[in-house]
Amino acid sequence: MPESRTIQLVDLACTVNGRNVALRIEPRETLADVLRERLGLTGTKVSCDAQVCGACTVLLDGQPVSSCTLLAVEASGRAVRTVEGLARDGSLTPLQEAFIEHAAFQCGFCTSGMLMAATALLEEQRHLSREDVVHALEGNVCRCTGYVPIVDAVLAAAEAGQ
Amino acid sequence: MNASRHRRDETLETLRGRDGDAARRSPPPAPIGLPVARADGRAKVTGEARYVADLTLPGLCHARLLRSPYAHARVVSIDTTAAAAHPGVVAVVTAADLPDVHLVYGHAVADHPLIADGKVRYAGEPVAGVVAEDLATATEALALIEVTYEPLPHVVDAAAALAPEAPVLHAKAGEQRPHRGFEEDIARAHPNVCSRSVQAWGDIEEAFGRAAVVVEGTYRYPMAYAYAMEPYTAMASFEAGGLTVWTSAQHPYMVRDDLARCFGLPLSAVRVVVPYVGGGYGSKSYTKIEPLTAALALRARRPVRLALSVEEAILTTRGDAATVSVRTAFDAEGRILGRDARIVLNSGAYAENSPLVARKAANRLGGPYRIPALRVESLAVYTNTAPASSFRGFGAPQATFAGESQMDEAAARLGLDALELRRRNLLSPGEPPWAKARGFDADLAADLDLAARELGWGAAAPGHGQAICVSMSDAGSEPITTAIVRVHHDGSVTLMCGSTEIGQGSATVLAQIAAGEMGVDLARVHFLNSDTAAVSYDRSTGASRTTTLMGLAIQAAARDARAQLCGWAQETLAPDGPAVVEERGGVRIGDRVHDWGAVVRAWFGTASGEVVGRGYLRRSGATAEMPPFYELGCVGIDVSVDEETGVIRVDRMVTIGDVGCAINPRLAEAQDVGAAIMGLGMAMREELLYDEAGNLLNGNLFDYRVPRFSDVPEMRPLLAERRDGVGPYGAKGGGEGALNPVAAAIANAVERAAGIRLREAPFTPERVWRALRERDSR
Repeated sequence: MPESRTIQLVDLACTVNGRNVALRIEPRETLADVLRERLGLTGTKVSCDAQVCGACTVLLDGQPVSSCTLLAVEASGRAVRTVEGLARDGSLTPLQEAFIEHAAFQCGFCTSGMLMAATALLEEQRHLSREDVVHALEGNVCRCTGYVPIVDAVLAAAEAGQ
Repeated sequence: MNASRHRRDETLETLRGRDGDAARRSPPPAPIGLPVARADGRAKVTGEARYVADLTLPGLCHARLLRSPYAHARVVSIDTTAAAAHPGVVAVVTAADLPDVHLVYGHAVADHPLIADGKVRYAGEPVAGVVAEDLATATEALALIEVTYEPLPHVVDAAAALAPEAPVLHAKAGEQRPHRGFEEDIARAHPNVCSRSVQAWGDIEEAFGRAAVVVEGTYRYPMAYAYAMEPYTAMASFEAGGLTVWTSAQHPYMVRDDLARCFGLPLSAVRVVVPYVGGGYGSKSYTKIEPLTAALALRARRPVRLALSVEEAILTTRGDAATVSVRTAFDAEGRILGRDARIVLNSGAYAENSPLVARKAANRLGGPYRIPALRVESLAVYTNTAPASSFRGFGAPQATFAGESQMDEAAARLGLDALELRRRNLLSPGEPPWAKARGFDADLAADLDLAARELGWGAAAPGHGQAICVSMSDAGSEPITTAIVRVHHDGSVTLMCGSTEIGQGSATVLAQIAAGEMGVDLARVHFLNSDTAAVSYDRSTGASRTTTLMGLAIQAAARDARAQLCGWAQETLAPDGPAVVEERGGVRIGDRVHDWGAVVRAWFGTASGEVVGRGYLRRSGATAEMPPFYELGCVGIDVSVDEETGVIRVDRMVTIGDVGCAINPRLAEAQDVGAAIMGLGMAMREELLYDEAGNLLNGNLFDYRVPRFSDVPEMRPLLAERRDGVGPYGAKGGGEGALNPVAAAIANAVERAAGIRLREAPFTPERVWRALRERDSR
């Protein structure tokens, strides 16, 4: 950041994927900015930049949010989870496995957001119908797959006991 | 919404390898033909997959562009003083700052300045670029640039652009480049005609003179946006006497050639690297923001990243809107006698790839039918709108909407079953659709039967309508492709080629081909792609060509590697002994088997070295005839219409993926489902709209709505594999075919359900409602 700009920096303290994070940031920085630019967590993608497509979805205290339009300061004192936090010690979650098994992605640009939105759904609800999945993921756009394999993958993960 | 996965029709098993040589009849070596998991799976579900915007460089600067608010204007002056003085700004760049750069690029017609040069031709055209230490600073500085425009008369409609008094966009014709595949002259009958293509044969007047039935109509296909979810992003750096650009491009070698021309560099000094790409669908074909990003880096003397927003991406490339006026003559038995058509494409302010889209639309309007007399004139027309270029299907969705609508209109007039009418006209396998073309490489009659059975043709529920439509595309582009297969001293394989993984699964499918051909485990094949300094030439990733054409080049490279290895084995392991016999994954000498790694080690004398196999493809041998293959579409649809609201409900779609041999059936099927839903979007809802002043009204994702989960009907993707393509084991391309017939199929099904004929897509509830009211008032 240029020295000459006199923007009052603010403190951001939160957890990201279970780790404590303490940063001084500009108030205008979005959560996506902080994750991608300051923390190097580039798995979170920005597409529409307007909360329409769901690509930037992360979990804030377990709830899916669009990180592209959420000011990072809003995450103060809260728990942020991103796609990088899904796998534990290199083992994929049943949902991630199901995405691979069902080819529930092509280009992969929507995948991180799709996985986070579906993770929130699976953590909330164990028994899912196709309609449940369609309803919960309606805010996430995929331009490659035609959605069918994504629904299949989420249902398979629910079966497998995500 | 559900899909049965990897369904290959059992009755087709008997058709496999019906013709062709014994090698084609034998099953392909594993893992070819198996639904293996995607090679990029783990990277994409963990967030490890890196796209251009995820990369950085030491000293990286960030750029923003100032864009024209006018559809057509002379740029009188640009004052960048205040912006340049803004703290944190590294450089402000306009055309005037680039005297050492060749500003104009374009592969078919060079007419596109990388930044406005004295004139703007559409609202949203880049006029100045700001490079700053960070994006926020660059954004602030944009507001400090003062531009004085002198507005000029403008035109946004293609028909209006062809009027004698219409404002002229390009005072002089752009330089026509020697781009094979587009051989027309730019005969400027009207200065706003970017290109004119004609496809014609037979005696058209005679055909219409003896017709029993003539159907005639004008069909409109919308101006659409591909919405690759990753907007255009590039990062450029001049270093070590050369230029390196990381970019979200489908055709890195084409981009390299344009960059070399713009900056006066030898091809070898330009490196274009493509990491993972967030969707393409044709919209990332050819050159986009790379020359401008490099120009900004040149003036900044720093590496620069230019990452467009989605709103800016819409202003960068869209699909060609089409008005297709066509009449088709039939005899009393329903045989086509002739087709006469004019296609007018709204191609926007610059040629981009629209001349080829126009050419292909002309070729594809005939469909997969025997047409004794044809006359198609296809114009790409300049207008003061965002430039149009390649978009999945490439002229075929536009042309097929018109052609296949007319088949059903004719069937009704003739009192024939719509499928029977098609059967009477379909090209037979081996029959060329026009003179000097490759013989037809498909059995679409069998595909129609399959679709009819799966859809339950003729058994629509009350209030429902069904339709099945087909399409044919002369696909594959140019067969100019190379590949390198390296076998290391542990027997593992590196595959190097210039095909870009844009999500279609090429990294998986091509590795499968290499593994199958070399007889090694898929896990021991690694794929390096799309880095012009590291891998060898591929002309493009588009036109559904990669599996077929790069597949052939990989087969050739693998054969070359194996031949060398067999020679090495004879020379080193059995100089005086028995003849070496090639086996899967190695050689047999007497009763001993040596894998490829052992042969490499033996030849070099120690645990080191490698063999390099090379594969080249050109217009020669199996790929001498054009097109390299035909891409087929066969889509069945079942719909119902809400009479009160005009909402069309698509209940079921059947797609037949006639791909010859599915190297990976799961991925082949996935292409069809994705393509069909993309087609559904354009048929039902997607359309970019311009106002009279030349402003894009819905250039954002709020107002331009793409299909979502709830829009997806029950999908039934089927594959037909008859080993009748030119590619490995009879493969031919897929990925566009299931999109092309969708609009026509919906229109035809709606006609059966509700008695209205829709000739303008998208079929919005308003349009449908009006048509219903008009029907009731008749």
